[in-house]
Amino acid sequence: MSPDAKPILTVNGLVKRFGGFHALDGLSFHVSSGEILGLVGPNGSGKTTAINVISGLYAPDGGTLTYDGASIGGMASHKLVHRGINRTFQIPKPFLSLTVRQNVEVALAYGRAEVAPPKLTDLLEQYHLAELADRPAADLNSSQQKMLDLVRALATRPRLLLLDELAAGLNPTELDWIAGHIKALAQSGLAIIVVEHLMGFIEQITDRVIVMNAGKEIFEGTLAVAVKVPQVIEVFLGGEHGA
Amino acid sequence: MPSFVRHMLLIVAPLMAAFAILPGVYDNHLLLFNFVIFLILAQGVNIIYGFTGYLPFGYVGFFGAGAYGFAIMVMHLQAPAPLAVLAAGVVGVLLGLLLTPLLRLSGAYFAIANLAAALAVLHFVANPALESITKGPYGVALNGTFNPTLAYIGAVIILALTLGFVVFLRNSSFGMALQAVREDAVSAAMAGVNVVKMRVIAWLVSALVAGLAGGVFAWYVSVFYPDNVFSSDFSIFAIVFALFGGVATIMGPIVGVIILYGIYNLIGFTTPQYFQLIYGVLIMALVLFLPAGLVSLATRRGWNVP
Repeated sequence: MSPDAKPILTVNGLVKRFGGFHALDGLSFHVSSGEILGLVGPNGSGKTTAINVISGLYAPDGGTLTYDGASIGGMASHKLVHRGINRTFQIPKPFLSLTVRQNVEVALAYGRAEVAPPKLTDLLEQYHLAELADRPAADLNSSQQKMLDLVRALATRPRLLLLDELAAGLNPTELDWIAGHIKALAQSGLAIIVVEHLMGFIEQITDRVIVMNAGKEIFEGTLAVAVKVPQVIEVFLGGEHGA
Repeated sequence: MPSFVRHMLLIVAPLMAAFAILPGVYDNHLLLFNFVIFLILAQGVNIIYGFTGYLPFGYVGFFGAGAYGFAIMVMHLQAPAPLAVLAAGVVGVLLGLLLTPLLRLSGAYFAIANLAAALAVLHFVANPALESITKGPYGVALNGTFNPTLAYIGAVIILALTLGFVVFLRNSSFGMALQAVREDAVSAAMAGVNVVKMRVIAWLVSALVAGLAGGVFAWYVSVFYPDNVFSSDFSIFAIVFALFGGVATIMGPIVGVIILYGIYNLIGFTTPQYFQLIYGVLIMALVLFLPAGLVSLATRRGWNVP
Protein backbone atom coordinates (compact mmCIF):
# COMPACT_ATOMS: atom_id res chain seq x y z
CA MET A 1 0.00 0.00 0.00
CA SER A 2 1.14 3.50 -0.69
CA PRO A 3 -0.75 5.90 1.59
CA ASP A 4 0.19 8.88 -0.56
CA ALA A 5 -1.51 7.48 -3.66
CA LYS A 6 -4.35 9.51 -5.10
CA PRO A 7 -7.53 8.39 -3.31
CA ILE A 8 -10.10 6.43 -5.33
CA LEU A 9 -12.89 7.69 -3.06
CA THR A 10 -13.03 11.03 -1.29
CA VAL A 11 -15.88 11.75 1.10
CA ASN A 12 -16.20 15.40 1.99
CA GLY A 13 -18.63 16.86 4.53
CA LEU A 14 -21.22 14.12 3.90
CA VAL A 15 -24.64 14.79 5.48
CA LYS A 16 -27.57 12.37 5.67
CA ARG A 17 -30.69 13.23 7.66
CA PHE A 18 -33.61 11.00 8.60
CA GLY A 19 -36.27 13.47 9.65
CA GLY A 20 -34.58 15.61 12.27
CA PHE A 21 -31.91 13.03 13.04
CA HIS A 22 -28.50 13.65 11.48
CA ALA A 23 -27.19 10.14 10.81
CA LEU A 24 -24.22 11.66 8.99
CA ASP A 25 -23.21 15.14 10.03
CA GLY A 26 -20.28 16.24 7.92
CA LEU A 27 -18.31 13.02 7.55
CA SER A 28 -15.02 13.32 5.65
CA PHE A 29 -12.43 10.69 4.79
CA HIS A 30 -10.72 9.10 1.81
CA VAL A 31 -9.53 5.68 0.76
CA SER A 32 -6.96 4.65 -1.86
CA SER A 33 -6.58 1.62 -4.10
CA GLY A 34 -4.90 -1.25 -2.32
CA GLU A 35 -5.80 0.13 1.09
CA ILE A 36 -8.01 -1.42 3.76
CA LEU A 37 -9.76 1.27 5.77
CA GLY A 38 -11.70 0.43 8.93
CA LEU A 39 -14.81 2.38 9.93
CA VAL A 40 -15.33 1.95 13.67
CA GLY A 41 -17.49 3.63 16.24
CA PRO A 42 -20.30 2.93 18.67
CA ASN A 43 -23.73 1.74 17.53
CA GLY A 44 -25.61 4.53 15.80
CA SER A 45 -22.50 6.50 14.92
CA GLY A 46 -23.38 6.32 11.22
CA LYS A 47 -21.05 3.62 9.87
CA THR A 48 -23.67 1.65 8.00
CA THR A 49 -25.38 4.84 6.83
CA ALA A 50 -22.05 5.93 5.34
CA ILE A 51 -21.82 2.61 3.46
CA ASN A 52 -25.44 2.94 2.33
CA VAL A 53 -24.88 6.45 0.96
CA ILE A 54 -21.65 5.49 -0.81
CA SER A 55 -23.35 2.48 -2.42
CA GLY A 56 -26.31 4.53 -3.61
CA LEU A 57 -29.04 3.20 -1.33
CA TYR A 58 -29.62 6.69 0.01
CA ALA A 59 -28.97 10.00 -1.69
CA PRO A 60 -26.84 12.32 0.46
CA ASP A 61 -28.42 15.50 1.85
CA GLY A 62 -25.16 17.41 1.69
CA GLY A 63 -21.45 17.10 1.05
CA THR A 64 -19.68 15.46 -1.86
CA LEU A 65 -18.66 11.95 -2.86
CA THR A 66 -15.87 11.81 -5.42
CA TYR A 67 -15.05 8.41 -6.90
CA ASP A 68 -12.40 8.01 -9.55
CA GLY A 69 -12.50 11.74 -10.28
CA ALA A 70 -16.28 11.93 -10.76
CA SER A 71 -19.02 13.09 -8.41
CA ILE A 72 -21.25 10.11 -7.55
CA GLY A 73 -23.52 11.50 -4.82
CA GLY A 74 -27.12 10.35 -5.39
CA MET A 75 -26.28 8.06 -8.33
CA ALA A 76 -28.40 4.87 -8.60
CA SER A 77 -26.86 1.74 -7.09
CA HIS A 78 -26.69 -0.27 -10.31
CA LYS A 79 -24.79 2.55 -12.02
CA LEU A 80 -22.30 2.65 -9.16
CA VAL A 81 -21.89 -1.10 -9.51
CA HIS A 82 -21.10 -0.61 -13.21
CA ARG A 83 -18.47 1.96 -12.21
CA GLY A 84 -16.83 -0.51 -9.87
CA ILE A 85 -18.34 -0.01 -6.41
CA ASN A 86 -19.87 -2.97 -4.59
CA ARG A 87 -20.66 -4.09 -1.08
CA THR A 88 -21.88 -6.79 1.26
CA PHE A 89 -24.72 -6.42 3.77
CA GLN A 90 -24.70 -6.65 7.54
CA ILE A 91 -27.62 -9.06 7.25
CA PRO A 92 -26.82 -10.97 4.07
CA LYS A 93 -29.31 -10.50 1.27
CA PRO A 94 -29.03 -13.35 -1.22
CA PHE A 95 -31.75 -14.18 -3.77
CA LEU A 96 -33.22 -16.92 -1.59
CA SER A 97 -35.15 -18.95 -4.16
CA LEU A 98 -32.35 -18.90 -6.73
CA THR A 99 -29.50 -21.36 -6.56
CA VAL A 100 -26.08 -20.26 -5.35
CA ARG A 101 -24.83 -20.45 -8.91
CA GLN A 102 -27.73 -18.34 -10.24
CA ASN A 103 -27.13 -15.76 -7.52
CA VAL A 104 -23.66 -15.21 -8.92
CA GLU A 105 -24.72 -15.55 -12.55
CA VAL A 106 -27.03 -12.54 -12.22
CA ALA A 107 -24.08 -10.44 -11.09
CA LEU A 108 -21.86 -11.83 -13.86
CA ALA A 109 -24.51 -11.05 -16.47
CA TYR A 110 -25.47 -7.58 -15.25
CA GLY A 111 -22.39 -6.35 -13.41
CA ARG A 112 -20.70 -5.04 -16.60
CA ALA A 113 -17.29 -5.72 -15.14
CA GLU A 114 -14.74 -3.48 -16.90
CA VAL A 115 -12.19 -6.27 -17.07
CA ALA A 116 -13.07 -9.93 -17.54
CA PRO A 117 -14.87 -11.05 -14.37
CA PRO A 118 -13.40 -13.89 -12.35
CA LYS A 119 -14.57 -17.38 -13.24
CA LEU A 120 -17.68 -18.51 -11.41
CA THR A 121 -16.27 -21.90 -10.45
CA ASP A 122 -13.06 -20.33 -9.10
CA LEU A 123 -15.03 -17.84 -7.01
CA LEU A 124 -17.29 -20.52 -5.55
CA GLU A 125 -14.26 -22.71 -4.86
CA GLN A 126 -12.36 -19.91 -3.09
CA TYR A 127 -15.23 -19.06 -0.78
CA HIS A 128 -16.21 -22.66 0.00
CA LEU A 129 -19.49 -22.57 -1.91
CA ALA A 130 -18.65 -24.93 -4.78
CA GLU A 131 -20.41 -27.91 -3.27
CA LEU A 132 -23.52 -25.86 -2.63
CA ALA A 133 -23.65 -24.37 -6.13
CA ASP A 134 -26.91 -26.00 -7.15
CA ARG A 135 -28.74 -25.57 -3.84
CA PRO A 136 -31.13 -22.67 -3.27
CA ALA A 137 -29.49 -19.85 -1.36
CA ALA A 138 -32.18 -20.31 1.32
CA ASP A 139 -30.43 -23.56 2.32
CA LEU A 140 -27.19 -21.78 3.29
CA ASN A 141 -26.33 -20.88 6.87
CA SER A 142 -25.70 -17.25 7.69
CA SER A 143 -21.92 -17.28 7.29
CA GLN A 144 -22.30 -19.05 3.94
CA GLN A 145 -24.84 -16.40 2.93
CA LYS A 146 -22.29 -13.74 3.86
CA MET A 147 -19.76 -15.43 1.61
CA LEU A 148 -22.35 -15.54 -1.16
CA ASP A 149 -22.90 -11.77 -0.73
CA LEU A 150 -19.16 -11.31 -1.07
CA VAL A 151 -18.87 -13.59 -4.11
CA ARG A 152 -21.76 -11.76 -5.80
CA ALA A 153 -20.00 -8.46 -5.15
CA LEU A 154 -16.68 -9.79 -6.47
CA ALA A 155 -18.36 -11.11 -9.62
CA THR A 156 -18.87 -7.49 -10.72
CA ARG A 157 -15.11 -6.86 -10.41
CA PRO A 158 -15.31 -3.95 -7.97
CA ARG A 159 -12.46 -1.47 -7.48
CA LEU A 160 -14.00 -0.23 -4.25
CA LEU A 161 -15.48 -2.85 -1.94
CA LEU A 162 -17.54 -2.00 1.14
CA LEU A 163 -17.78 -4.79 3.74
CA ASP A 164 -20.49 -4.23 6.35
CA GLU A 165 -19.78 -6.50 9.34
CA LEU A 166 -18.65 -9.40 7.22
CA ALA A 167 -16.85 -10.97 10.18
CA ALA A 168 -19.68 -10.87 12.72
CA GLY A 169 -20.79 -14.39 13.57
CA LEU A 170 -17.76 -16.14 12.05
CA ASN A 171 -15.74 -18.50 14.24
CA PRO A 172 -12.00 -17.81 14.88
CA THR A 173 -10.83 -20.18 12.12
CA GLU A 174 -13.19 -18.59 9.62
CA LEU A 175 -12.06 -15.14 10.76
CA ASP A 176 -8.41 -15.91 10.01
CA TRP A 177 -9.37 -17.42 6.71
CA ILE A 178 -11.52 -14.46 5.57
CA ALA A 179 -8.93 -11.97 6.83
CA GLY A 180 -6.40 -13.62 4.50
CA HIS A 181 -8.82 -13.30 1.58
CA ILE A 182 -9.57 -9.64 2.28
CA LYS A 183 -5.87 -8.80 2.49
CA ALA A 184 -5.23 -10.64 -0.78
CA LEU A 185 -8.01 -8.63 -2.45
CA ALA A 186 -6.43 -5.38 -1.28
CA GLN A 187 -3.03 -6.51 -2.55
CA SER A 188 -4.62 -7.11 -5.94
CA GLY A 189 -5.49 -3.39 -5.98
CA LEU A 190 -8.98 -3.07 -4.48
CA ALA A 191 -9.79 -0.28 -2.10
CA ILE A 192 -11.70 -1.84 0.80
CA ILE A 193 -13.75 -0.17 3.52
CA VAL A 194 -14.52 -2.44 6.46
CA VAL A 195 -17.24 -1.71 9.01
CA GLU A 196 -16.68 -3.96 11.99
CA HIS A 197 -17.18 -4.27 15.72
CA LEU A 198 -14.54 -6.95 16.24
CA MET A 199 -11.48 -4.88 17.13
CA GLY A 200 -9.10 -7.84 16.85
CA PHE A 201 -10.23 -8.38 13.29
CA ILE A 202 -9.93 -4.65 12.52
CA GLU A 203 -6.41 -4.64 13.92
CA GLN A 204 -5.48 -7.69 11.92
CA ILE A 205 -6.55 -6.40 8.50
CA THR A 206 -6.75 -2.60 8.37
CA ASP A 207 -4.03 -0.17 7.41
CA ARG A 208 -5.87 2.76 8.92
CA VAL A 209 -9.13 3.40 10.80
CA ILE A 210 -11.65 6.21 10.95
CA VAL A 211 -13.36 6.42 14.34
CA MET A 212 -16.87 7.82 13.99
CA ASN A 213 -19.17 9.34 16.54
CA ALA A 214 -22.55 11.03 15.97
CA GLY A 215 -22.16 11.06 12.20
CA LYS A 216 -18.66 12.43 11.83
CA GLU A 217 -15.09 11.30 12.15
CA ILE A 218 -13.30 12.03 15.42
CA PHE A 219 -10.05 10.23 14.71
CA GLU A 220 -8.05 9.04 11.74
CA GLY A 221 -4.98 6.84 12.00
CA THR A 222 -3.98 3.37 13.11
CA LEU A 223 -6.06 1.46 15.62
CA ALA A 224 -3.07 1.17 17.96
CA VAL A 225 -2.97 4.96 18.25
CA ALA A 226 -6.76 5.33 18.33
CA VAL A 227 -7.14 3.33 21.53
CA LYS A 228 -4.89 5.86 23.34
CA VAL A 229 -6.80 8.96 22.27
CA PRO A 230 -9.00 10.25 25.14
CA GLN A 231 -11.81 11.34 22.81
CA VAL A 232 -12.01 7.85 21.30
CA ILE A 233 -11.98 6.20 24.72
CA GLU A 234 -14.73 8.55 25.79
CA VAL A 235 -17.15 7.64 23.00
CA PHE A 236 -16.54 3.93 23.42
CA LEU A 237 -16.43 3.64 27.18
CA GLY A 238 -18.18 6.76 28.51
CA GLY A 239 -17.09 10.10 29.92
CA GLU A 240 -15.29 9.19 33.14
CA HIS A 241 -12.71 6.96 31.41
CA GLY A 242 -11.58 9.74 29.11
CA ALA A 243 -10.37 12.01 31.87
CA MET B 1 -30.10 -29.20 -27.08
CA PRO B 2 -30.34 -25.74 -25.47
CA SER B 3 -33.10 -25.66 -22.89
CA PHE B 4 -34.89 -22.83 -24.72
CA VAL B 5 -35.33 -25.02 -27.80
CA ARG B 6 -36.20 -28.04 -25.65
CA HIS B 7 -38.93 -26.13 -23.81
CA MET B 8 -40.35 -24.80 -27.07
CA LEU B 9 -40.43 -28.29 -28.60
CA LEU B 10 -41.66 -30.22 -25.57
CA ILE B 11 -44.16 -27.77 -24.06
CA VAL B 12 -45.18 -25.04 -26.47
CA ALA B 13 -45.30 -27.05 -29.69
CA PRO B 14 -47.51 -29.91 -28.34
CA LEU B 15 -49.88 -27.40 -26.76
CA MET B 16 -50.18 -25.51 -30.05
CA ALA B 17 -50.72 -28.75 -31.91
CA ALA B 18 -53.47 -29.72 -29.47
CA PHE B 19 -55.27 -26.42 -29.95
CA ALA B 20 -54.90 -26.77 -33.73
CA ILE B 21 -56.44 -30.25 -33.77
CA LEU B 22 -59.09 -29.99 -31.04
CA PRO B 23 -61.61 -27.78 -32.93
CA GLY B 24 -61.88 -30.57 -35.52
CA VAL B 25 -62.77 -33.25 -32.98
CA TYR B 26 -64.52 -31.31 -30.23
CA ASP B 27 -67.63 -29.26 -30.89
CA ASN B 28 -67.67 -26.78 -28.03
CA HIS B 29 -65.44 -24.21 -29.70
CA LEU B 30 -66.33 -21.48 -27.22
CA LEU B 31 -64.93 -23.63 -24.42
CA LEU B 32 -61.69 -24.20 -26.34
CA PHE B 33 -61.43 -20.48 -26.99
CA ASN B 34 -61.94 -19.72 -23.30
CA PHE B 35 -59.20 -22.21 -22.42
CA VAL B 36 -56.84 -20.34 -24.75
CA ILE B 37 -57.84 -16.99 -23.23
CA PHE B 38 -57.24 -18.21 -19.68
CA LEU B 39 -53.93 -19.80 -20.65
CA ILE B 40 -52.86 -16.40 -22.02
CA LEU B 41 -54.07 -14.50 -18.96
CA ALA B 42 -52.56 -16.98 -16.49
CA GLN B 43 -49.21 -16.65 -18.25
CA GLY B 44 -49.62 -12.87 -18.24
CA VAL B 45 -50.08 -13.02 -14.46
CA ASN B 46 -47.09 -15.36 -14.34
CA ILE B 47 -44.91 -12.76 -16.10
CA ILE B 48 -45.74 -9.98 -13.66
CA TYR B 49 -46.38 -11.93 -10.45
CA GLY B 50 -44.18 -14.99 -10.89
CA PHE B 51 -41.15 -13.13 -12.11
CA THR B 52 -41.45 -9.80 -10.26
CA GLY B 53 -43.74 -10.46 -7.28
CA TYR B 54 -46.37 -7.84 -8.08
CA LEU B 55 -49.85 -9.36 -7.66
CA PRO B 56 -52.09 -7.69 -10.29
CA PHE B 57 -55.52 -7.88 -8.70
CA GLY B 58 -56.87 -5.55 -11.36
CA TYR B 59 -55.32 -7.45 -14.24
CA VAL B 60 -58.69 -7.43 -16.00
CA GLY B 61 -58.27 -3.67 -16.52
CA PHE B 62 -55.83 -4.34 -19.35
CA PHE B 63 -58.08 -7.06 -20.76
CA GLY B 64 -61.16 -4.82 -20.79
CA ALA B 65 -59.20 -1.86 -22.13
CA GLY B 66 -57.93 -4.12 -24.93
CA ALA B 67 -61.47 -5.28 -25.73
CA TYR B 68 -62.67 -1.68 -25.97
CA GLY B 69 -59.56 -0.70 -27.93
CA PHE B 70 -60.55 -3.36 -30.45
CA ALA B 71 -64.17 -2.18 -30.49
CA ILE B 72 -63.25 1.47 -31.03
CA MET B 73 -60.84 0.62 -33.85
CA VAL B 74 -63.56 -1.40 -35.56
CA MET B 75 -66.50 0.93 -34.90
CA HIS B 76 -64.88 4.28 -35.58
CA LEU B 77 -61.92 3.55 -37.84
CA GLN B 78 -63.33 0.52 -39.66
CA ALA B 79 -60.02 -1.23 -38.99
CA PRO B 80 -59.65 -4.87 -40.06
CA ALA B 81 -59.88 -7.20 -37.08
CA PRO B 82 -56.21 -8.34 -36.92
CA LEU B 83 -55.05 -4.71 -36.92
CA ALA B 84 -57.61 -3.90 -34.23
CA VAL B 85 -56.22 -6.75 -32.09
CA LEU B 86 -52.74 -5.22 -32.37
CA ALA B 87 -54.24 -1.86 -31.40
CA ALA B 88 -55.80 -3.58 -28.38
CA GLY B 89 -52.30 -4.65 -27.35
CA VAL B 90 -51.12 -1.05 -27.74
CA VAL B 91 -54.02 0.14 -25.56
CA GLY B 92 -52.94 -2.39 -22.91
CA VAL B 93 -49.37 -1.08 -23.01
CA LEU B 94 -50.54 2.57 -22.84
CA LEU B 95 -52.68 1.80 -19.80
CA GLY B 96 -49.68 -0.04 -18.33
CA LEU B 97 -47.51 3.05 -18.90
CA LEU B 98 -50.14 5.23 -17.23
CA LEU B 99 -50.12 2.90 -14.22
CA THR B 100 -46.33 2.50 -13.86
CA PRO B 101 -46.34 4.75 -10.75
CA LEU B 102 -48.20 1.90 -8.99
CA LEU B 103 -44.95 -0.09 -9.09
CA ARG B 104 -43.71 2.16 -6.30
CA LEU B 105 -46.15 0.30 -4.05
CA SER B 106 -45.57 -3.23 -2.90
CA GLY B 107 -47.49 -6.23 -1.63
CA ALA B 108 -51.15 -5.76 -0.79
CA TYR B 109 -50.95 -2.01 -1.47
CA PHE B 110 -50.04 -2.65 -5.08
CA ALA B 111 -52.77 -5.28 -5.43
CA ILE B 112 -55.45 -2.94 -4.05
CA ALA B 113 -54.30 0.06 -6.09
CA ASN B 114 -54.28 -2.08 -9.22
CA LEU B 115 -57.82 -3.29 -8.45
CA ALA B 116 -58.96 0.31 -7.99
CA ALA B 117 -57.32 1.28 -11.28
CA ALA B 118 -59.19 -1.48 -13.11
CA LEU B 119 -62.48 -0.27 -11.62
CA ALA B 120 -61.65 3.28 -12.65
CA VAL B 121 -61.09 2.15 -16.25
CA LEU B 122 -64.39 0.23 -16.17
CA HIS B 123 -66.35 3.27 -14.98
CA PHE B 124 -64.57 5.49 -17.45
CA VAL B 125 -65.51 3.23 -20.35
CA ALA B 126 -69.07 2.66 -19.07
CA ASN B 127 -69.71 6.35 -18.54
CA PRO B 128 -72.92 7.26 -20.42
CA ALA B 129 -71.34 10.61 -21.35
CA LEU B 130 -68.93 8.69 -23.59
CA GLU B 131 -71.71 6.92 -25.42
CA SER B 132 -70.63 8.34 -28.76
CA ILE B 133 -67.20 6.74 -28.35
CA THR B 134 -67.57 3.59 -26.22
CA LYS B 135 -71.37 3.15 -26.31
CA GLY B 136 -71.15 3.63 -22.55
CA PRO B 137 -73.00 1.05 -20.46
CA TYR B 138 -75.10 -0.09 -23.41
CA GLY B 139 -72.47 -2.44 -24.83
CA VAL B 140 -71.05 -2.85 -28.29
CA ALA B 141 -72.10 -5.07 -31.20
CA LEU B 142 -69.39 -5.64 -33.80
CA ASN B 143 -71.22 -7.64 -36.43
CA GLY B 144 -68.90 -6.61 -39.24
CA THR B 145 -65.86 -8.42 -37.92
CA PHE B 146 -67.60 -11.49 -36.48
CA ASN B 147 -65.42 -14.48 -37.39
CA PRO B 148 -64.92 -17.00 -34.56
CA THR B 149 -62.62 -19.25 -36.60
CA LEU B 150 -60.11 -16.51 -37.36
CA ALA B 151 -60.42 -15.09 -33.84
CA TYR B 152 -59.62 -18.52 -32.42
CA ILE B 153 -56.52 -18.76 -34.61
CA GLY B 154 -55.53 -15.26 -33.47
CA ALA B 155 -55.90 -16.30 -29.83
CA VAL B 156 -53.74 -19.39 -30.36
CA ILE B 157 -51.05 -17.23 -32.01
CA ILE B 158 -51.12 -14.81 -29.05
CA LEU B 159 -50.84 -17.79 -26.68
CA ALA B 160 -47.83 -19.06 -28.64
CA LEU B 161 -46.12 -15.66 -28.44
CA THR B 162 -46.88 -15.36 -24.72
CA LEU B 163 -45.54 -18.84 -24.01
CA GLY B 164 -42.49 -18.06 -26.11
CA PHE B 165 -41.81 -15.04 -23.91
CA VAL B 166 -42.22 -17.09 -20.71
CA VAL B 167 -39.86 -19.73 -22.12
CA PHE B 168 -37.40 -16.90 -22.81
CA LEU B 169 -37.79 -15.68 -19.21
CA ARG B 170 -37.16 -19.19 -17.88
CA ASN B 171 -33.99 -19.58 -19.92
CA SER B 172 -32.37 -16.16 -20.01
CA SER B 173 -30.33 -14.03 -17.70
CA PHE B 174 -33.10 -11.43 -18.18
CA GLY B 175 -35.62 -13.73 -16.50
CA MET B 176 -33.13 -14.63 -13.80
CA ALA B 177 -32.49 -10.95 -13.11
CA LEU B 178 -36.25 -10.36 -12.83
CA GLN B 179 -36.46 -13.11 -10.23
CA ALA B 180 -33.50 -11.57 -8.44
CA VAL B 181 -35.41 -8.28 -8.29
CA ARG B 182 -38.41 -10.13 -6.90
CA GLU B 183 -36.29 -11.77 -4.20
CA ASP B 184 -34.42 -8.66 -3.12
CA ALA B 185 -34.45 -5.42 -5.06
CA VAL B 186 -31.50 -3.90 -3.16
CA SER B 187 -29.29 -6.92 -3.77
CA ALA B 188 -30.38 -7.02 -7.40
CA ALA B 189 -29.21 -3.43 -7.83
CA MET B 190 -25.91 -4.50 -6.26
CA ALA B 191 -25.65 -7.19 -8.93
CA GLY B 192 -25.82 -4.34 -11.45
CA VAL B 193 -29.49 -4.82 -12.39
CA ASN B 194 -31.50 -1.70 -13.24
CA VAL B 195 -34.41 -2.57 -10.97
CA VAL B 196 -36.90 0.06 -12.16
CA LYS B 197 -36.31 -0.70 -15.84
CA MET B 198 -36.72 -4.45 -15.34
CA ARG B 199 -39.97 -4.05 -13.41
CA VAL B 200 -41.41 -1.69 -16.00
CA ILE B 201 -40.53 -4.04 -18.87
CA ALA B 202 -42.22 -7.02 -17.15
CA TRP B 203 -45.23 -4.87 -16.27
CA LEU B 204 -45.67 -3.60 -19.84
CA VAL B 205 -45.25 -7.06 -21.40
CA SER B 206 -47.85 -8.36 -18.98
CA ALA B 207 -50.17 -5.48 -19.94
CA LEU B 208 -49.53 -6.13 -23.64
CA VAL B 209 -50.48 -9.79 -23.23
CA ALA B 210 -53.76 -8.94 -21.48
CA GLY B 211 -54.55 -6.19 -24.00
CA LEU B 212 -54.06 -8.59 -26.92
CA ALA B 213 -56.18 -11.21 -25.15
CA GLY B 214 -58.92 -8.62 -24.61
CA GLY B 215 -58.79 -7.61 -28.28
CA VAL B 216 -59.08 -11.15 -29.57
CA PHE B 217 -61.84 -11.86 -27.02
CA ALA B 218 -63.82 -8.89 -28.36
CA TRP B 219 -63.28 -10.19 -31.88
CA TYR B 220 -64.57 -13.63 -30.90
CA VAL B 221 -67.66 -12.65 -28.92
CA SER B 222 -68.37 -9.44 -30.91
CA VAL B 223 -71.23 -8.45 -28.59
CA PHE B 224 -70.36 -7.43 -25.03
CA TYR B 225 -70.98 -4.98 -22.21
CA PRO B 226 -68.43 -3.24 -19.99
CA ASP B 227 -69.36 -5.56 -17.12
CA ASN B 228 -68.47 -8.60 -19.23
CA VAL B 229 -64.97 -7.62 -20.25
CA PHE B 230 -64.12 -5.91 -16.96
CA SER B 231 -65.49 -8.78 -14.85
CA SER B 232 -63.23 -9.37 -11.85
CA ASP B 233 -63.64 -13.10 -12.60
CA PHE B 234 -60.94 -12.71 -15.23
CA SER B 235 -58.41 -11.33 -12.72
CA ILE B 236 -59.31 -13.82 -10.03
CA PHE B 237 -59.37 -16.87 -12.28
CA ALA B 238 -56.11 -15.95 -13.97
CA ILE B 239 -54.41 -15.40 -10.61
CA VAL B 240 -55.82 -18.56 -9.01
CA PHE B 241 -54.95 -20.71 -12.02
CA ALA B 242 -51.40 -19.37 -12.13
CA LEU B 243 -50.89 -19.77 -8.36
CA PHE B 244 -52.47 -23.22 -8.30
CA GLY B 245 -50.03 -24.58 -10.84
CA GLY B 246 -47.06 -22.62 -9.55
CA VAL B 247 -45.65 -19.35 -10.85
CA ALA B 248 -42.20 -18.56 -12.25
CA THR B 249 -42.39 -21.74 -14.30
CA ILE B 250 -43.71 -22.44 -17.80
CA MET B 251 -45.71 -25.51 -16.83
CA GLY B 252 -47.33 -24.26 -13.62
CA PRO B 253 -49.94 -21.90 -15.09
CA ILE B 254 -50.68 -24.37 -17.91
CA VAL B 255 -51.35 -27.16 -15.41
CA GLY B 256 -53.38 -24.79 -13.25
CA VAL B 257 -55.66 -23.74 -16.11
CA ILE B 258 -56.18 -27.28 -17.40
CA ILE B 259 -57.07 -28.68 -13.96
CA LEU B 260 -59.05 -25.83 -12.42
CA TYR B 261 -60.76 -24.53 -15.53
CA GLY B 262 -61.42 -28.13 -16.46
CA ILE B 263 -63.16 -28.77 -13.11
CA TYR B 264 -65.02 -25.50 -13.48
CA ASN B 265 -66.43 -26.60 -16.81
CA LEU B 266 -67.16 -30.17 -15.73
CA ILE B 267 -69.23 -29.28 -12.70
CA GLY B 268 -69.37 -25.48 -12.52
CA PHE B 269 -72.56 -25.18 -14.55
CA THR B 270 -74.35 -28.41 -13.75
CA THR B 271 -73.90 -28.46 -9.97
CA PRO B 272 -72.61 -25.03 -8.98
CA GLN B 273 -72.96 -25.74 -5.25
CA TYR B 274 -70.54 -28.69 -5.41
CA PHE B 275 -68.29 -26.73 -7.67
CA GLN B 276 -67.96 -23.94 -5.12
CA LEU B 277 -67.37 -26.47 -2.36
CA ILE B 278 -64.68 -28.30 -4.31
CA TYR B 279 -63.06 -25.07 -5.47
CA GLY B 280 -62.99 -23.69 -1.96
CA VAL B 281 -61.47 -26.87 -0.53
CA LEU B 282 -58.91 -27.08 -3.33
CA ILE B 283 -57.77 -23.50 -2.89
CA MET B 284 -57.58 -23.82 0.90
CA ALA B 285 -55.60 -27.04 0.61
CA LEU B 286 -53.29 -25.33 -1.82
CA VAL B 287 -52.65 -22.36 0.44
CA LEU B 288 -52.10 -24.61 3.46
CA PHE B 289 -50.00 -27.36 1.96
CA LEU B 290 -48.63 -26.16 -1.36
CA PRO B 291 -48.25 -22.38 -1.23
CA ALA B 292 -45.81 -22.55 -4.14
CA GLY B 293 -48.30 -24.40 -6.32
CA LEU B 294 -48.58 -27.91 -7.68
CA VAL B 295 -45.14 -27.77 -9.26
CA SER B 296 -43.63 -27.53 -5.79
CA LEU B 297 -44.54 -31.22 -5.36
CA ALA B 298 -41.77 -31.84 -7.85
CA THR B 299 -39.37 -29.03 -6.96
CA ARG B 300 -39.40 -30.13 -3.30
CA ARG B 301 -37.92 -33.42 -4.44
CA GLY B 302 -35.21 -31.54 -6.24
CA TRP B 303 -36.68 -32.09 -9.71
CA ASN B 304 -36.34 -29.16 -12.02
CA VAL B 305 -39.74 -28.12 -13.41
CA PRO B 306 -39.53 -26.08 -16.61
